[in-house]
Amino acid sequence: MELEAAKMIGAGLATLGMIGAGVGVGNVWSNYFAAIARNPAAKEEIGANIWIGFAVTEAIAIFSLVVALLVLFG
Amino acid sequence: MAQGTQSGGFPVDPLHQFEIQRLVPINVGGLDLSFTNSALWMVLSVVAITVFMMVATRGRSLVPGRLQSCAEILYEAIAGMVRQNVGSEGRVYFPFIFSIFLFVLFGNLLGMIPVAFTFTSHLVVTFFMAMVIFVAVTIIGFARHGAGYLRLFFPHGAPLWTAVILVPIEIISYLSRPISLSMRLFANMMAGHILLKVFAGFTLLMGIAGVVPLAALVGITALEFLVAVLQAYIFTILTCVYLHDAIHLH
Repeated sequence: MELEAAKMIGAGLATLGMIGAGVGVGNVWSNYFAAIARNPAAKEEIGANIWIGFAVTEAIAIFSLVVALLVLFG
Repeated sequence: MAQGTQSGGFPVDPLHQFEIQRLVPINVGGLDLSFTNSALWMVLSVVAITVFMMVATRGRSLVPGRLQSCAEILYEAIAGMVRQNVGSEGRVYFPFIFSIFLFVLFGNLLGMIPVAFTFTSHLVVTFFMAMVIFVAVTIIGFARHGAGYLRLFFPHGAPLWTAVILVPIEIISYLSRPISLSMRLFANMMAGHILLKVFAGFTLLMGIAGVVPLAALVGITALEFLVAVLQAYIFTILTCVYLHDAIHLH
């Protein structure tokens, strides 16, 4: 039972890694909107690439999710 | 939907929708090759894609009708993505990328039908797709550049002594590609569907005040449709990016 509790706490702690991804994704989008506010003509060009930046940043959140799932079920 | 009484009397079991059920049990020499509900929905999505594309492009009119416009918009979007992210050499791989996109898109969207099974919310399915992409991209890279493909692990122009740090990091980041690619799709679809079921449970629990979570549920459903299309798009655009790395080496 105590092992179960420790696993739960550990998985919860592992998800703290998502804080960084949250800051990162926020940064990606804030810069995106700042960029198109300064140069609206660039919207089309940035539009597709922003998803790559978003996805790569989001990957960090996914890694912490993987760790959490490993701690829970691994 | 299970009206189970476990988990503290919560009226809906949010994980019940992900259960694999054997529809036609097939057992070949100890191997469980049953036709499951997951397989059924994969077949349904392939059939839906085929029927949609065939019906939409049957007319082949110069000025497209509504349905043909839909097919053309999908084609144009992915063709443009391949052109922009992979370059002209990517045209060869367009059928593969377009198939991947439509399969994931239809899987996500068909999963939004009530009581439907979302096969993209299973890690096995997404990880297999990601592994196919990863292995294919690696083979393409080595076939095109030979051992020179290993230059991918050392950024051009970096000082030589940084190789000690950079090469392991690049190798880890390369090997984690299929994990992040598959986990992204799987986690997004699974989390969304669990969220829908949890809010449905709140609606049932709260009686007349249940209209508040019900209103939230409507919004979340709309959001889930956005996520379904977006995740298919991201899955495809990352495939293009990996392909670009294999063909052009950064």
